[in-house]
Amino acid sequence: MSIELSHYLILAAILFSISIAGIVINRKNIIILLMSIEVMLLSVNLNFIAFSHYLNDLAGQVFVFFILTVAAAEAAIGLAILVVLFRNKGSISVEDITELRG
Amino acid sequence: MIEAFIFYLFASLTVASATTVVTVRNPIHAALFLVLTFFTSAVIWMTLEAEFLAIILVLVYVGAVMVLFLFVVMMLDINIARMREGFVKYLPLGIGVALVMLALMLIVVTGDIFSSEAMLEPVPKAADYSNTKALGGVLYTEYVFAFEIAAVILLVAIVAAISLTMRKRPKTKYQSPPDQIKVRKADRLRIVKMRSSNVDP
Repeated sequence: MSIELSHYLILAAILFSISIAGIVINRKNIIILLMSIEVMLLSVNLNFIAFSHYLNDLAGQVFVFFILTVAAAEAAIGLAILVVLFRNKGSISVEDITELRG
Repeated sequence: MIEAFIFYLFASLTVASATTVVTVRNPIHAALFLVLTFFTSAVIWMTLEAEFLAIILVLVYVGAVMVLFLFVVMMLDINIARMREGFVKYLPLGIGVALVMLALMLIVVTGDIFSSEAMLEPVPKAADYSNTKALGGVLYTEYVFAFEIAAVILLVAIVAAISLTMRKRPKTKYQSPPDQIKVRKADRLRIVKMRSSNVDP
């Protein structure tokens, strides 16, 4: 019994759905939202690597390399914004971020 | 047989730990379970012969990004009870949205296009094949401009993160080299002319 490409795609789809559910149910908690986005990027990367393996093309792995770079930059800036938010407001609750509401 | 066993073991571990990440109460536990998710995903990437990226995932993600996450989570004073408000209220909606998306994606990925007949299992690479070497070969030739853009993105991220979090405290004492160089003798030293006097003991 060998593993087909669709097994990896199903696993990536399940991971993506879990992170979608995580974004909806944890909408008050910015930290868990950031973690859900990381899981989402991970599932996309799994798709890229599975296709790269089955199509025997290295371009998929190069793309994953760049996604990892951008995701690391995104996490660093997101957490920096979170720290600034906490310093200015004393909390990171989504309800307290209402400055831009007219 | 052993490949299937490894795949199903680590795939179920990945799904279980990802579910825990989004449902667990404590953000620190969520970060630690996210580390487990990355580790098990790295094993699955390794079975897909992407060894370099699997190592990068562990070194960069677990080693740097997740430590940053843990650092920030522990530094901030998080009111967990307040964060959990609406968890039960949005749970059915979240599960519903996720199931609909999952069903749609499953319809696509279990179709004939991705079946084992259409996508044949590739021949395993030889033992002396180096994934890192092959990846480096295309990264520095064909994708060199994208690589440089990635470097610029990382530089911008460094500058942005530092400039966002750096602050000048009003009470901090610090040296000012220009002022120190500009100073003249007349600014600091005052010679007072006095008559000498003899005081008897």
